[in-house]
Amino acid sequence: MMPSMLSWLAEPFMRQALLAGLAVAAMAGPLGVFVVWRRLSYFGDALAHAALLGAVLAVLLDVMLPLGVLAVGIVVTVALHLLRPGRMLPADALIGILSHAALAAGLVVLAVWLRPQVNLMGLLFGDLLAVSVREAWLAAGMAVLVLMVMARLWTPLLALTMSEEIALAEGLATRRAQLAHALLLAVALAMALPLVGALLFTALLVIPAAAARALATTPERMAGLATLTGALAVILGLGAAWTWDLPTGPAIVLAAFVLFALFHMAARLLRL
Amino acid sequence: MAEDSPARDKATQSAEDMTTCAQAVSAAFSAAGDAAEDRSRKGHGERLLTLVDAGVRGADGRWIVRHIDLAVHRGEIVTLIGPNGGGKTTTVRAALGILPLAEGRRVVCAGLRVAYVPQRFRPDSTLPLTVSRLLRLGTQAGATEIGKALQRTGVPHLAPRAVAALSGGELQRVLMARAILRRPDLLVLDEPAQGVDIAGEAALYELIRSLKEELGCGILMVSHDLHFVMAGTDHVVCINHHVCCQGTPQQVSAAPAFAEVFGPTALAHRAAYLHDHDHVHGADGHVCPLSPTMPKTGMDQGGGKG
Repeated sequence: MMPSMLSWLAEPFMRQALLAGLAVAAMAGPLGVFVVWRRLSYFGDALAHAALLGAVLAVLLDVMLPLGVLAVGIVVTVALHLLRPGRMLPADALIGILSHAALAAGLVVLAVWLRPQVNLMGLLFGDLLAVSVREAWLAAGMAVLVLMVMARLWTPLLALTMSEEIALAEGLATRRAQLAHALLLAVALAMALPLVGALLFTALLVIPAAAARALATTPERMAGLATLTGALAVILGLGAAWTWDLPTGPAIVLAAFVLFALFHMAARLLRL
Repeated sequence: MAEDSPARDKATQSAEDMTTCAQAVSAAFSAAGDAAEDRSRKGHGERLLTLVDAGVRGADGRWIVRHIDLAVHRGEIVTLIGPNGGGKTTTVRAALGILPLAEGRRVVCAGLRVAYVPQRFRPDSTLPLTVSRLLRLGTQAGATEIGKALQRTGVPHLAPRAVAALSGGELQRVLMARAILRRPDLLVLDEPAQGVDIAGEAALYELIRSLKEELGCGILMVSHDLHFVMAGTDHVVCINHHVCCQGTPQQVSAAPAFAEVFGPTALAHRAAYLHDHDHVHGADGHVCPLSPTMPKTGMDQGGGKG
């Protein structure tokens, strides 16, 4: 068991997948805690659904998959930022309308122009072989960028989470911080999509953060622990996907879920 | 201030100025035709925050408050009083830029440092937050300062506790400590005595008064405690969807509009107030014209009881 669990590291494409996966886990920690605290998982899902259009366009235009996903993610995020929920429609309805329109457009484009060349299952659930060397290094670079921006956004976002009223009254740029966080989610999605797929992207943000909540006493520890949990889930998930020939996205998410359950049971036992 | 709060994006962009304190507001107020305002507030520092003819609409388009003229100077305590649902909290939120103005203007000193203790504060329990971490958010406080600030608000033992486990009164005191640590120019308190027991209340008001001196800040607060309002504050604004009357506690307690809003309680407080002081200053009554008989009657009542 043990040799086969580690032997996958000998394969170059597995090392690429590991690099991309760890980069995504690093981003997902600090981004994901705010998804949990600010109840943005529906927004994450919507973004990921819209991403399918980006992936299809990337294939059509023959550019790197993450770039197409990122472009569509940015358009959807900015559009949602500019469209304000009014008296007629609440915010979540707007999010759903925009993301499902994008998803539908993606599926139509796929059906009309691309059906034979595209691995739809790979786009939805992730593909171990999908991460190129360039994409892996791009993900690593983006992780550094995202972490640097998050370090600057940390205080305004945290103040906003604690109390939007107080943050506004004290003059923090709350709307700008929220937009920046949403754009960083689009970046993380673009880097994660080839590996975990569109359907399970939000799980990668939410489950490690939710697992970390069990053991964390400060916001910073929760973010750090979420990153570690995500990284461990990526390692376990990739190993399992290699060993048992599973789709990578579900393998990683299941590994994260097991860690989530263990952390919460441990927290309960420690308190007894 | 927050240049991108929802409040400022659309509605109030043109209606909002950021100027130095010195220039700002004389212009704004002469626009409001309220020159007398300046005369009555001598002895206080520069004007920190001003609302001129401000109005806020609800989601249904109806006016929640309208024609609000209000100013807070450095070194004074301005209290908002009025019936429940009369728009006190709305006025505070508009003054802070949280709510957009549908009409009127809001003038703020450039670089004004605000500390705000809202009426309701209950951070989500999914956020793991200790009291001491909360007190470092938006302040530059070290552990010693945090200890001191909590000591002053009477809850030194709370520092390591989780915010989610605190009672309403404890949260109120923790937020007061945070407000102290921010060393604000303008301290805004929305019913600070809420959830604080009676014994704590007097100490809290004493603390608020001492903060005015110590921080040299202006204080804008909503309070239901008419006794404190009349005895401990410098300027009172009575709000019931509009400004019913405003002025010194003397002026307001003598105003007919005040008696109308508060009924018999108002009379009791006027009596209590006049018992302590032997004359009424508000006869010029520039803010709200007083009926000529009211102050005299008030005095007679007070004298009779004394």
